[in-house]
Amino acid sequence: MFEYGEMPDPAVLLAEAAPAAPSVRELQERIRQMQATKLETRSLQTSPALAPLLPGGALKAGAAYSVEGSHSLVMAMMAGPSAAGAWCGVIGLPDFGAEAASRSGVDLDRLVFVPHPGEQWLSVVSAVIDVVTVVVTVAPPRLGDALAARLAARIRQREATMIVLGGWPQSEATLSVTESSWEGIGQGFGHLASRRVTVSARGKGFMGQRRTARLWLPDVSEQVRAAETVRGAETVRAAETVRGAETVRGAWPAFAGSGELAS
Amino acid sequence: MTTTVRTIVVWCPDWPVRALAQSEELSLEDPIALIDHGLVFACSPRARADGVRRGQRVREAQAACVDLMTFDYDPALDHRSFEAVVAALEELMPGVQVLRPGMCALAAKGPSRYYGGERGAAGVLLTTLVGLGAEDARITIADGRFAAEQLARMPGEQSIRIVEPGGSPEFLSEHPIDAIGDPQLATLLRRLGLSTLGAFAALDFRDVRARFGEAGVHAHTMASGRDARRVVPRLPPQLRDIEVAFEPPLDRVDQITFAVRTAAERFVDELTRALLVCTSIRVELHTDNGVVHDRGWGHPRWFSANDVLDRIRWQVQGRTGAGAGALTSAIIKVRVVPEGLDSIGNYETGLWGSAPDDRIHHGLSRVQSLLGHGAVTTAVIAGGRGVSERQVMIPWGDPRVGAGGAGAGAGAGGGAAGAGGGARGAGGGAAGTGGAKPWPGSVPLPAPSTVFEKPRGVTVLTRDGGPVAVSDRGTLDGVPALFQVNDAESPSRPQPLAAWTGPWPVHERWWDQAVARSFHRFQVVDVEGTAWLLALHEHGWWAEARYD
Repeated sequence: MFEYGEMPDPAVLLAEAAPAAPSVRELQERIRQMQATKLETRSLQTSPALAPLLPGGALKAGAAYSVEGSHSLVMAMMAGPSAAGAWCGVIGLPDFGAEAASRSGVDLDRLVFVPHPGEQWLSVVSAVIDVVTVVVTVAPPRLGDALAARLAARIRQREATMIVLGGWPQSEATLSVTESSWEGIGQGFGHLASRRVTVSARGKGFMGQRRTARLWLPDVSEQVRAAETVRGAETVRAAETVRGAETVRGAWPAFAGSGELAS
Repeated sequence: MTTTVRTIVVWCPDWPVRALAQSEELSLEDPIALIDHGLVFACSPRARADGVRRGQRVREAQAACVDLMTFDYDPALDHRSFEAVVAALEELMPGVQVLRPGMCALAAKGPSRYYGGERGAAGVLLTTLVGLGAEDARITIADGRFAAEQLARMPGEQSIRIVEPGGSPEFLSEHPIDAIGDPQLATLLRRLGLSTLGAFAALDFRDVRARFGEAGVHAHTMASGRDARRVVPRLPPQLRDIEVAFEPPLDRVDQITFAVRTAAERFVDELTRALLVCTSIRVELHTDNGVVHDRGWGHPRWFSANDVLDRIRWQVQGRTGAGAGALTSAIIKVRVVPEGLDSIGNYETGLWGSAPDDRIHHGLSRVQSLLGHGAVTTAVIAGGRGVSERQVMIPWGDPRVGAGGAGAGAGAGGGAAGAGGGARGAGGGAAGTGGAKPWPGSVPLPAPSTVFEKPRGVTVLTRDGGPVAVSDRGTLDGVPALFQVNDAESPSRPQPLAAWTGPWPVHERWWDQAVARSFHRFQVVDVEGTAWLLALHEHGWWAEARYD
């Protein structure tokens, strides 16, 4: 740079520094994995939009995840493994929308529903875990820690992935939709077309941090992808990691107006 | 030159009606008509007396006979009920050929020698049939099956009719040409001036071949009483059940399966030797106090001996657990009946293996044995405008309607009825593949991720708390501004709406009062950014689905 005899513009420096951040994070994660006390776990194929939100960048076989109050986020998590040929099971969720699951990329031929397990929840979940790769369920209101630990051991042993709607004591990460805004609908006109959400994740591997990502869930072509937006000359991946959600929330109104540019 | 065979034809007239009357516990004296594809297929004597004829439209038949009871024709029922008759006849004389339900043929030579003459044999048959409840059965004996069939169809009250050997050509010659059973050819011959079988038989068969081809020659042989078709007796079905009785009664799963193991292995071995595979079985558990627990089990491929044992074990385990169907006492007998048999050739796996994953099926069948057959489902997207009618749930093991049959139901023969029921649930007339077809007026995409099994009551109000309504002309009366989910457990205050759209009128099946619906759909986005699909019925607002 200096052979041109110019002082570098601070903005250029910033632009060069920004791409470095993900690689630093990647390196940190690699270090953490290499120092991990546990054995290396197999990870499942995961939708790239969700990678920044999950510890290790992918769904892990033998882990439990919990999702708060969003079926479409669950479907986005299932879509990756299902597209790779895995079987999925949905237990105890009679309201799960099959068509939305199908459109978000879950193969209905390999999706099994047990809408009303009733009293036999535990035996049904353990029977399904034995044969299915991804199990989506909702924990019964009173599930003791001992039972949860037994189930967790079973998941680890069978290398299944469990996604629990609501709280789960030993979850690898907890994902929730913190903000959501729909596009295509107005005051008395249009229809729901696409939605931008901020998903925040707390996880074991995040060292107490909270990760957030902005996603299209779904976008106009019913795909789930990271929401990118244009700010000045420099393109910033929206799915950036920040300490605390406050920064993102502050930046949100600036993005809201430029939604059309994003696609 | 082949010779004709003396043939006995046994005919029970109106068998479809008789079978239906038996199963529905009706009297044959009632005016009954069976309808197949909108036309009368068969009717009872009483209906016939009133002018109902085979081939009539339903409406004409109803006009002729006002109190006519109509039923859909079910061929399976006919075959099933005639099976008992055939079995009884086989006890008397072997070699029964079932021509159709209600009619069968036997070779006359053996029986007539054994029973001392043709009339004696026919008398024995008639006695048996009357004993089975078919009082108007007819036994006819003639040279060749064709002549015997025509003899049976002759009007009259006689139950036993015999045409002496060599008398068939003469007997047939007076019959109208329509009897040859080929309507097209019969019409043509009639227009050529040949109105009886005798006139047709008088033609030289070389001329017939030149003019009408092989079909004409066949008809000509029939008409001239030289029907050389032999009676091809059916093979009586072999019983392939396993039945193991326990003395003393057993109440432990491992004891039961151990006791059944040998029988199960023999069962599968015998099937394999007969080049058959079993795709569905029925397991009956007979308990000490006389209760029989039975249920059917399907298999995505075919049952091995271990699979049969597994099904028995699961059924016993599923029963011994807590629940309404729990076993109340020890088991004295286990019976396994094969329900679906198929040729082994159809189930040979491809070079690289084409079978669905057995492991999955095992696991899910186990859940089914805990909760019931319909508790484990897969979904198929069907046609329809509403969000809930587009997803059709099909029990695991049943064939997936309209789907490629990937894992779910390949070869599970027992479950066709269940899938049919599921398809009916779609209601829109197009099942299975209908999902891909355009449905004008359906809710626009994206599809909601939560589709409420039971619609939830909600409240929508205008800004000042007034009601929102839609007028008869479809215009909105009041602007939706406040929204609240009616939840008895956690009552909340109405929240403002971020966005809304509608009304989208839905007028479906207005031609049928029973299923007609008329309401208006709205999409709204609440203050938290969650969108809802609402329906405004006459009696209030309901949430059909949520986009969460």
